[in-house]
Amino acid sequence: MMSFDTLVFYMFAIVAAVSAMRVVTVRNPVHAALFLVVAFVSTAGIWLLLEAEFLAITLVLVYVGAVMVLFLFVVMMLDINIAQLREGFWRWFPFGLTLALIMVVQMVAVVGNRQTIETGVTITKHAANYSNTKELGRIIYTDYVYPFELAAIVLLVAIIAAIALTLRHRKDAKSQDVAQQVAVQRKDRIRVVSVPSERKES
Amino acid sequence: MLSLSLLNLSLAHYLVFGAILFAIGIVGIFLNRKNLIVLLMSIELMLLAVNTNFIAFARYLDDTAGQVFVFFILTVAAAEAAIGLAILIVLFRNLRTINVDDIGSLKG
Repeated sequence: MMSFDTLVFYMFAIVAAVSAMRVVTVRNPVHAALFLVVAFVSTAGIWLLLEAEFLAITLVLVYVGAVMVLFLFVVMMLDINIAQLREGFWRWFPFGLTLALIMVVQMVAVVGNRQTIETGVTITKHAANYSNTKELGRIIYTDYVYPFELAAIVLLVAIIAAIALTLRHRKDAKSQDVAQQVAVQRKDRIRVVSVPSERKES
Repeated sequence: MLSLSLLNLSLAHYLVFGAILFAIGIVGIFLNRKNLIVLLMSIELMLLAVNTNFIAFARYLDDTAGQVFVFFILTVAAAEAAIGLAILIVLFRNLRTINVDDIGSLKG
């Protein structure tokens, strides 16, 4: 009899694996990004099963909410010639598949054999009032406080780099320069021309 | 006996799931070697597989340090995605293409 968490695991794992396969084979990059969202969400379900609640929510909020939206923006902004990118699509597929199968078989042989399962470690049950977020926060702000600050610097560098790379001053677009407008003087705008008064012909 | 071990959720389940996800990412790199965007998505898949392994070990060895590591990997991966996509946009602005074959002007 299959227990409930095993059922949940298989459900999320199958959805994640199938959508991951669609990510790499689907024709339209927009659909690939959307399938990647499905893969992320179902993997977040598996992380919840592993009682990593904070990271599961972070995966959904940060990855699905920010990074994948960024991917979608970029995919939709670029005008890509898909037919050109798809030519020779399946040529290296047998090689890649062989490599991937070898890797999977090796890893399953190491981690999935009966000895690992039987002598393997078992889950220690947490108390009902155990808070994953609290525990993670405690360890991040004590043991890992310097790596945490370094992570902040990495994010700052990423912000600056992304803006500096994509910022451009367009010559063809007109924009206001407020400082120039404020600093304008009377002589810049009007010119008094002395016109000699016309003499009446007699 | 095998069916019994398949039905009892264990560490091996999560590790095999991670291995399959990682292998799909590798196949994606071979298939989409011309499309830079899907290449980045394949890398994201592989990172996801690695993170799943970290969290599985953190749970079964009862050591929160594994989750802290995933936290940092997520940070670095977000930075990597942001800078990678910015480079992609600059590349597209200059060359009007994201085909990896056309990006050979440095002749490495």
